[in-house]
Amino acid sequence: MAKVTIDGIEIDVPDGTTILQAARMIGPEVAPPTMCYHSKLKTSGGYCRTCLVEVTKGSEKDPRPMPKLVASCRTNVMDGMVVTNGLSEKVQDARAGVVEFLLLNHPLDCPICDQAGECHLQDLSYEHGHYNTRTDFERRTFEKIDIGDTIQLHMTRCILCYRCVKVAEQITDGRVHGVINRGDASEISTYIKEAIDNDFSGNMIDVCPVGALTDKTFRFKSRVWFTKPVDAHRDCDKCSGKVVLWYKGDDVLRVTGRKDQWGEVEEFICNTCRFDKKKTSDWTIEGVREISRHSVISANKYKKLVKPKRLTINDIKALPE
Amino acid sequence: MSETETIKFSAETEALMKSIITRYPEGKHKSALLPLLHIAQADTDGWLSVPVMNRVAEILNIKPIEVYEVASFYSMFHLEPVGNCLIEVCRTSSCWLRGAYDIVQHIENRLGIKDGETTPDGKFSLRTVECLGSCGTAPMLQIGETYHENLTKEKVDALLEENKSRTTHSRYVDHTTFRTL
Amino acid sequence: MQRKLLLEHIDVPGIQTYDVYRSKGGYASVEKALKTMTPDAVTEEVKKSGLRGRGGAGFPTGMKWSFLAKPEGVPRYLVCNADESEPGTFKDRYLMEHIPHLLLEGMITASFALGAHTSYIYVRGEFFYIIRILEKAIAEAYKNGWLGKNIQGSGFDHDIYVHPGAGAYICGEETALLESLEGKRGNPRIKPPFPAVKGLYDCPTVVNNVETIAAVVPIVNNGGEAYAAIGIGKSTGTKLISASGHIKKPGVYEIELGVPVEEFIYSDAFCGGILNDKKLKAVVAGGSSVPILPAELILKTANGEPRLMTYESLADGGFATGTMLGSGGFIVMDESASIVHNLYTFTRFYHHESCGQCSPCREGTGWMEKILHKILDGHGSSTDIDLLWDIQRKIEGNTICPLGDAAAWPVASAIRHFRHEFEAYVNHPKQQHVVSYYDHCHNLATAEV
Repeated sequence: MAKVTIDGIEIDVPDGTTILQAARMIGPEVAPPTMCYHSKLKTSGGYCRTCLVEVTKGSEKDPRPMPKLVASCRTNVMDGMVVTNGLSEKVQDARAGVVEFLLLNHPLDCPICDQAGECHLQDLSYEHGHYNTRTDFERRTFEKIDIGDTIQLHMTRCILCYRCVKVAEQITDGRVHGVINRGDASEISTYIKEAIDNDFSGNMIDVCPVGALTDKTFRFKSRVWFTKPVDAHRDCDKCSGKVVLWYKGDDVLRVTGRKDQWGEVEEFICNTCRFDKKKTSDWTIEGVREISRHSVISANKYKKLVKPKRLTINDIKALPE
Repeated sequence: MSETETIKFSAETEALMKSIITRYPEGKHKSALLPLLHIAQADTDGWLSVPVMNRVAEILNIKPIEVYEVASFYSMFHLEPVGNCLIEVCRTSSCWLRGAYDIVQHIENRLGIKDGETTPDGKFSLRTVECLGSCGTAPMLQIGETYHENLTKEKVDALLEENKSRTTHSRYVDHTTFRTL
Repeated sequence: MQRKLLLEHIDVPGIQTYDVYRSKGGYASVEKALKTMTPDAVTEEVKKSGLRGRGGAGFPTGMKWSFLAKPEGVPRYLVCNADESEPGTFKDRYLMEHIPHLLLEGMITASFALGAHTSYIYVRGEFFYIIRILEKAIAEAYKNGWLGKNIQGSGFDHDIYVHPGAGAYICGEETALLESLEGKRGNPRIKPPFPAVKGLYDCPTVVNNVETIAAVVPIVNNGGEAYAAIGIGKSTGTKLISASGHIKKPGVYEIELGVPVEEFIYSDAFCGGILNDKKLKAVVAGGSSVPILPAELILKTANGEPRLMTYESLADGGFATGTMLGSGGFIVMDESASIVHNLYTFTRFYHHESCGQCSPCREGTGWMEKILHKILDGHGSSTDIDLLWDIQRKIEGNTICPLGDAAAWPVASAIRHFRHEFEAYVNHPKQQHVVSYYDHCHNLATAEV
C-alpha cells in the first residue's frame, strides 16, 4: 500500500496505482481531466497532457519534488507522494496551454457537431480554457470520410488521442486503420480508404472524446440533450448486451455502451446491439440512466428531482436557535 | 486500391530481404521493416505504391496498416512518384547561413520548377529537406546515396548536366549496400 | 588545445581499413578487456573516467551502464545511436566515415562490459554511404575474429548489425530509436520504464552515442584515471566539436574539454576566426536545441570570466546568461546573420520533426513557425513576440520527450538576448534585409498587407 496526498486529501492505495486512479478514488473534486486516457484500454494515455499534475514530494524515501509536471495517467504513486492538481498554479497554467493547443486546429463547429453535449473537449475548454483565441492562422482541415456504413470520420475534429486505434488493436481482430503521417500532419486513416468492418468497430465512436468519429445512423437526428438515456440489456452472444438506449419520444435514436462517471465506456458492445437493435421490443428496459447534474444532457430530466419538503411544526421546533 | 493488391519483387531482391530479416531475433522480424522498405523503394520505381507496401507486409507477416503507418512517418519514403533524379537540398541553419537558399533558387530557375515539384519530363524532382548532418561542408545537397558538398552554382550546374540523361532513378540503397549474411 | 584520443590516427592513409587500423594498435581494448578484465572491471574504468554521454544530454556513461538490469535468461542489448540529426552536428558521421573500426572496437568492448551478445548501430537513413562503410568494416571484423562466436578464443560471442533509419530526427531520442528499430513509427515511449529495464524487445538495453562508445576504447586502453586526468572538473576527456557557420575553417575538431571558447573560435588550430574577418554576433554552442548566446556572453560568462568549452562553463549562468555543451554542434553567426531568420529555420525544423504524439509539441511547434514566418514576412506585431514567448513557455517541460524543450529553448533564448531584432522586424519590416527566398511551408496563411 502507498499513502498519497492529492490536493491535501490523503488516501491509501495499492502499489502500482497511478496518480490519476488514486485521484479518481478520492473523487471528481481532485481528479485531473483526461482526454486520451481510457481505463479499459491498455497503454492508453500520456499523449494529450491534460492530466499533468505537479509532484511536490516524490516519496517518503526520496522527498525531492519532480522537476517537471507529470502525466498523472501514466505515473505510479509512491508511498508518501504529495501531488497538487487544482491547487497548483503551474498545473492550471500548463493545462490552459494544453487546451489552447488542442483547440488551435479544432474547427469549433459545435453547433453542427453530433458530439456536442457529451464532448470532452467542450467540457475541458469550458473548465480550463481561455475565452479568447490568439491565433488568426487558417486551421488544418480534412475531408469527411465514411469508414464503413455506420461510422463517419471527421478528422478535422480529431485530437489524436489514439483511443480508436487502441480499440481496433485490442478488441477487434484485424486493425485496418491507424495514425499515418507525422507531426501536425498526422491523421487517423486507413490510408487506402478501406472500410472498417468488424463486429466491434462501433466502439470507436464511444471512445472518441470528440466528434471525430460519429454514429452515422444518429447523424443530425437530435441534439443529445433532447434525448433521454435509458439503461437496457439483451442476451447477446457477442457482447454483454448492456447498453444505453437514447430515446426521443418513443423512438430509439441510438444505442451506445454505458459510460462511467468519467465518460469512459464500462463494457464494449457489439455492432449488432449498437446498430441493428433499435426497437424497444429488442430490449429489457432497466430504467432511466442517471446523468450527472453537471452534464447538459441532464437538462429537463427530472428523475432525481428532490421536492422541497414541507416543514411540520415539529421540524420548526427542532431547529437550533 | 486494396490491402490485397500486391506485386512480386525479383528473386534476388526477395532473397536480400530474407537475409536482412535474419539480423533480428526470432519473432522480431517486424524490425526489418525500415530496411525492407528502403530496398523495396529502390528496387521498384523510387517510391512506395500500395501494392509494394502490401508485399512488404506479406513478407513480414504483418498487417498492411502497420506498413502504411511507418512508411508515412519517415521522410525518406516517398508515397508518390518522384522524378528520376531526386535532388534534396538541406535548408537548416548552417546551410542557410552559407547560402542554401541561393542554391535552391538557382536550381529552381534552372529546372523551372519550385520546391516540392517535378519537371514535366519526369527527370528531376526538387525538395528542400531538414539538416542532413553536413553543416561543416555547407551548402549541400543529396542525390540518392551521394552527398554533394561545399556547393557553388557551377557545381550545381555540373550536377544537373550529369543527371539530365540518367535512365534509372536515384536510390539510397542498392544490393551491395548491406552485408549479406 | 587539440588533444587527439579518438582521432589520433585520422590522418593515417587507409585507416578506414582493418589492416591499417590494426597496425596502429586497433582492437587492443578488446584484447585487454576480454583477456585480462571482468565485465564489471570495464564498467568500473568507465565510471572512473567520468565519461559523459556525448549525444547531448551529458549523462555519466558508467552510471547509465550500472543501471542496466540483469535478469537471468533475458538477453541484453547495446544500441549505438548513430542517428545524428541535430542541426549543427556532424561529428559522428565524420568518425564513422573515417575510422569505422574505432566504433566497432568500442561496441565490442562495451558489449562485453554489459553482457550483450547482440548490438545494433542505428544509423540515420540519409547516411547510407556511411552504412556501406560500416558494413564493410563489420565484415572485416568478422573475418579477423573480432566478431562472431568465441571472439579471439575468449568465449565471448558478439554480433553487430547496422540498422538504417529513414528520415526522422526524433529517432535520436533513445526510446523513439528503439521503437524505430522494432519497425514502428518513431514515437518516443512514455517513461518509466527506462531502456535499462525495458528497452529493445522489452529487454534491458543501453543506448549510447557513437562518440561515447568510441571513447570507451582509450578509456580501457589507458585506464579510466588517465582519461579523467584530461579536461577540467567533471568535464573529463576530449570532445568532438562540429564547427560550422560563418567561420574560416568549418569541420570536426577534437578538443580537450576546457579550451576557452575564444581560442576555439579564433585560433588557427580550430575555427580560424570569422569568415571574411567580420564581427562575431552569436553562437549556438551545442546543436540547435541549446540556447543561442550573443558574442559577449559566449566569450565571457556574466561574471566576466572567460567561457570555456566544458559542460559547466557553458552552462554557467543558467539559461539567463548561459547555454549548454549539448552535442557539440557549434554554429557561428557573424554580424550579417539575422537571428530571427536563423530561429525560423530551427523552428521550421522542429515543426517538421515533431512526431505528433503529444499535443503541446504537435500543435505548438507549427504555431511558432507560422508566427515567425509572419514576422519575417513583415506582418508581425509586438504582441506576436510576446505570444511566441508564451507558446514556448507552455511547450517546455510539458511534453513526452525532450523535443518539446529543444523546440522551446531556441525561441526563448533568441527573444531573451535579441528581442531588439524581433522588434526591428515588427516595427520597420522594410528596413530588414530582404528575405531573398520565399520559404515553403505547408498550410501557411499569413495576413495580406
